[in-house]
Amino acid sequence: MNTLLLAASDTFVPPGPRDFEFPGIGGSFFTKPMLIIVLGTLLVAVFFYFAARSAQRVPGKLQFAGESAYGFVRNSIALDAIGHEGLRYVPYLATLFFFIATLNIFGIIPYFQFPATSKIAIPLFLAVISCVIFNAIGIRRMGFGGYFKAMMFPPGIPKPVYVILAPIEFVSTILIRPLTLCLRLTLNMFAGHLVLLLFVLGGEYLLRDYGGAVGIASGAVAIFGSIVLTFFEAFVQLLQAYVFTLLSALYIGGALLEEH
Amino acid sequence: MDGSLNMVGYGLAAIGPGVGIGLIFAAYISGVARQPEARGVLQSIAILGFALAEALAIIGIGLAFVL
Repeated sequence: MNTLLLAASDTFVPPGPRDFEFPGIGGSFFTKPMLIIVLGTLLVAVFFYFAARSAQRVPGKLQFAGESAYGFVRNSIALDAIGHEGLRYVPYLATLFFFIATLNIFGIIPYFQFPATSKIAIPLFLAVISCVIFNAIGIRRMGFGGYFKAMMFPPGIPKPVYVILAPIEFVSTILIRPLTLCLRLTLNMFAGHLVLLLFVLGGEYLLRDYGGAVGIASGAVAIFGSIVLTFFEAFVQLLQAYVFTLLSALYIGGALLEEH
Repeated sequence: MDGSLNMVGYGLAAIGPGVGIGLIFAAYISGVARQPEARGVLQSIAILGFALAEALAIIGIGLAFVL
């Protein structure tokens, strides 16, 4: 689509938010991000189904891969961030981590090359689920009044400060937490994809349309840079999946204790 | 030359989180250098701090496109 734009206008059109809008495949409502979500979900589900099916005491290769992946979330996220009680929430956290990581990684898989999580709907939905879960855990643990009292009126602070502190804590827990969870993931993927697009399309333009020694030299640098950035993007995509899951776990842990 | 002034604003806004993330990882590195065995604990704390500081830059780029 972009090459068409370039050919038509013959000047470099920098990538922008419009590169994140796709027409439906074959004129239908079904777009590329939707396809990636369906494929990603199936991929995770099938992998863990076959890894967990017919589990042996001495694990085979697939079972070992599945167990190490699950064990990573269990040990370095749930146990570290929540503690022993966190074991009950490992299924949710593992689902979250692998769903986000898979959708992110689609951003560097050839042919797809679009991180589905850069569409705000998916992270927003996940963040709302996380928000409902940690608030529900806190309310179940301490009762409705007790939870909000522990959240908004932490002990050991001079009374007048509560006038400022209580509303801040309330807004922060109910609104800011899910909002930043959602925006962090979306915009990391958005910005990362935009930078990759800029390097690839800019390199293509320099090599093909700008031409000359300057164009070829700088275009080659840009294309090489895009390869390096692709690996950096892979790192960021896994890191963001980890961060989303870690923060969800920390919020759950905070709701379980709630005595900062 | 054309473009959006929003992007200049975003560039300025990214200075703060940039400094913040630098400080976080500087503290993490010196912490690990002093006590290498504390690496596991420090790592998740450092990444948490990084994520919180980075949120500011990320909100900035969002607003730069939206406004």
